[in-house]
Amino acid sequence: MKSYDIVIIGGGPAGLAAAVSAKKNGIDSILILERDKELGGILNQCIHNGFGLHTFKEELTGPEYAQRFIDQAKELEIEYKLNTMVMDISHEKVVTAMNRQDGLFEIQAKAVILAMGCRERSRGALNIPGYRPAGIYSAGTAQRLVNMEGLMPGREVVILGSGDIGLIMARRMTFEGAKVKVVAELMPYSGGLKRNIVQCLDDYGIPLKLSHTVVDIKGKERLEGVTLAEVDSSGKPIPGTEEFYSCDTLLLSVGLIPENEISRGMGVEMSPVTSGPKVNESLETNIEGVFACGNVLHVHDLVDFVSQEAATAGKNAAAYVKGERGAEGGRDIRLNPVEGVRYTVPVEINTARMDENLTVRFRVGAVYKNCYVSAYFDDERVIHRKRQIVAPGEMEEIKLTKEQLQQYPDLETITVKIEEA
Amino acid sequence: MYDVIIIGGGVAGAASARELSRYKVNACVLEKEEDVCCGTSKANSAIVHAGYDAQTGSLMAKLNVRGNEMMEQLSKDLDFPFKRTGSLVICLNEEDMPGLQALYDRGVANGVKDLQILNREQVLEMEPNIVDNVYAALYAPTAGIVCPFNLNIALAENAYENGVDFKFNTEVQNIRKTEEGWALETNQGVYETKYVVNAAGVYADKFHNMVSEKKIHITPRRGDYCLLDKTAGNHVSRTIFALPTKYGKGVLVTPTVHGNLLVGPTAIDIDDKEGTSTTREGLDELITKAGQNVKNLPMRQVITSFAGLRAHEDGHEFLIGELEDAKGFVDCAGIESPGLTSCPAIGEMVADILKEKMGLEEKENFIATRKGILDPDTLTKEERAELIQKEPAYGNIICRCEMITEGEIIDAIRRPLGAKSLDGVKRRTRAGMGRCQSGFCSPRTMEILAREWGVSMSDITKTGGESRLVVGTNKDTL
Repeated sequence: MKSYDIVIIGGGPAGLAAAVSAKKNGIDSILILERDKELGGILNQCIHNGFGLHTFKEELTGPEYAQRFIDQAKELEIEYKLNTMVMDISHEKVVTAMNRQDGLFEIQAKAVILAMGCRERSRGALNIPGYRPAGIYSAGTAQRLVNMEGLMPGREVVILGSGDIGLIMARRMTFEGAKVKVVAELMPYSGGLKRNIVQCLDDYGIPLKLSHTVVDIKGKERLEGVTLAEVDSSGKPIPGTEEFYSCDTLLLSVGLIPENEISRGMGVEMSPVTSGPKVNESLETNIEGVFACGNVLHVHDLVDFVSQEAATAGKNAAAYVKGERGAEGGRDIRLNPVEGVRYTVPVEINTARMDENLTVRFRVGAVYKNCYVSAYFDDERVIHRKRQIVAPGEMEEIKLTKEQLQQYPDLETITVKIEEA
Repeated sequence: MYDVIIIGGGVAGAASARELSRYKVNACVLEKEEDVCCGTSKANSAIVHAGYDAQTGSLMAKLNVRGNEMMEQLSKDLDFPFKRTGSLVICLNEEDMPGLQALYDRGVANGVKDLQILNREQVLEMEPNIVDNVYAALYAPTAGIVCPFNLNIALAENAYENGVDFKFNTEVQNIRKTEEGWALETNQGVYETKYVVNAAGVYADKFHNMVSEKKIHITPRRGDYCLLDKTAGNHVSRTIFALPTKYGKGVLVTPTVHGNLLVGPTAIDIDDKEGTSTTREGLDELITKAGQNVKNLPMRQVITSFAGLRAHEDGHEFLIGELEDAKGFVDCAGIESPGLTSCPAIGEMVADILKEKMGLEEKENFIATRKGILDPDTLTKEERAELIQKEPAYGNIICRCEMITEGEIIDAIRRPLGAKSLDGVKRRTRAGMGRCQSGFCSPRTMEILAREWGVSMSDITKTGGESRLVVGTNKDTL
């Protein structure tokens, strides 16, 4: 059986950044396993610009952003295998994978970095009633057809869900000659970035209907139309508000789900909130030497943060392989998300292993205006940062330092919450 | 001029064709859709019923028990998934025990083997996720689960291999009596035949009534279902039925033969014979009723919902036989539950009728077995590695959720009566049937279909007809 120091599952932005970071931190024996025919992951179909403002201080398209990392990986001579599907990983880090050239093969890894990304929630998961004709696509599937194959899924479009991919596809379909009639969003707020609502809907006069959903789908062979209805505060359609939209295409942008079937199979403990692994300050799961980063860990809003997070995972995996992790004897501090904060990544921090600086990322459960993001070290409020607006569509963070935590030798819990002004 | 034309390529038509193909006969199946298994046969509970439901002495009861007995050997001969997992009918109250006892008695009278009434403790030991207030249950170890798609497809492929013609996208519009038999007017021209088998599912009354004065009436009775992810597949390990009570008929919860969990069906009588649209009310009803017998159902794990139509004949009985006032016209009508279970026996009965009428002789070269699409999961690691070396397409995963390879999809397309559409591939291989519901694999499966059939991507359909998946190219209307 072949062996590598670090095997990275997925060659998208997370896997690439993790690989580059691990290599720069002194590990030569690295293998990326990628299921698609090229590196870059979902960025390859994201041909709009706006990527990399934080990382490169310029606006890149998705493929351009990916290429910067692919170039680095190639320069650093990092090994990768394309068109390769990982079937499972054992608790002992034996990776079983398959492709056309090598057939079915096994690799022993010292450390594994999970970077499989996420998938789109389907119509079925929403249990939308009606017929099941052609013309209903997840926004990402339509994006692949249009941006990579040059094929139009339809002419008259209704979009359900205002996640970023849906908003981006509203503009893309308009560019390519389709009529986007409306974007309906179940929640009273959008699930996407504010800038995307402005640049993808407002600029093209596409209406966004908040607190609306699809209640019926018409058309036996090809989609003929959908019925939208307003929903009440519990998400239930309000009778009498139904409105029919004729269309041949329904795009769904109703949420992303981290793809953790392999993680579950190897015994990684999962967070029911993020559907991603529970990780510590090193982005390490409950299985020693198994790390996670990017959208498989929690769904990100910007790829820049994926790259940052993945670089951390790569660095920590390298330290693990080299046996250079922080001194023993640190304490574990638990992170406790409450009052508006849905989760935190990480879920706990070991004071010995943590870096000098640590970013704790999270999302909120509703829109809050003129509020504070607060962190309590046990009972003492230590961080209290004013925010004009926080929304579920945008990832939030607090920054902690090792020095700061050292001042609280008895600290057990850091509670993160949103406080109204 | 055919000897026999069978209208309908569902399980009843395909089973009839397959049994008929044992004999020296020139037969043809006319199917209005682009594939077999497109109507009632594709959207049902996929249960092989034990046989205690139907009235003792009815044809339904007889063919149910016989079909159940035949299913295991047939699944081996024709290589489709079938598991004899058993079923429980759950009784929640002591006052309903006479109803449970009546089912037991009827089962025994119908010839169902090994039935047993279990007490609360026995039920909970067998199925820990049954509700705590269960009182007793009827246990039928002979019940099972089957892949309805591959059962139907296997029967059709085997019939085809044995010489039966299949004409797809061929809708019968009118039937005329001729001197030698019947003329079937279709959208693809006129087909002449000596005998007709009417296996048209929810449309069987339409064809029957074209030729007979003794009218029948079939109501499309819609059943909505929810299919749950494989992570929920072990929630129960047997089919869990509700005992019908004064509060109505409950819904069943069952593992599927592929490891998902299925919840359903509703029973809503409609007029539209193509009305396979689910409704909010129907889906809500399922969620409420399913919890009456099975606790902690993870309904958040639903990956899709669908509706099927039962071909409910007013008398609730299988109508199989030559019509008295239309000689040469053989009904195979009213095939609703337990139709899927009964189909091997239905096919046998239809073939027997024709054999007698027509004096058919057996073929010497009848091919009794068929090999299904290879499922690489059934191989050892070594065998799988060897397969990929020989056929690299088996190393290329197309459907990530169900782990279906390009090799399996190519096989599904190239085999007799091969898949022409995305749904055709899905029914044969499960590609696109998993938790992402074809989000990832549909463009790739479309590419394989286009390549194999030598057509463009815009010719590929979801399920034939006007169900094209792409309508043109970027900016082509600008």
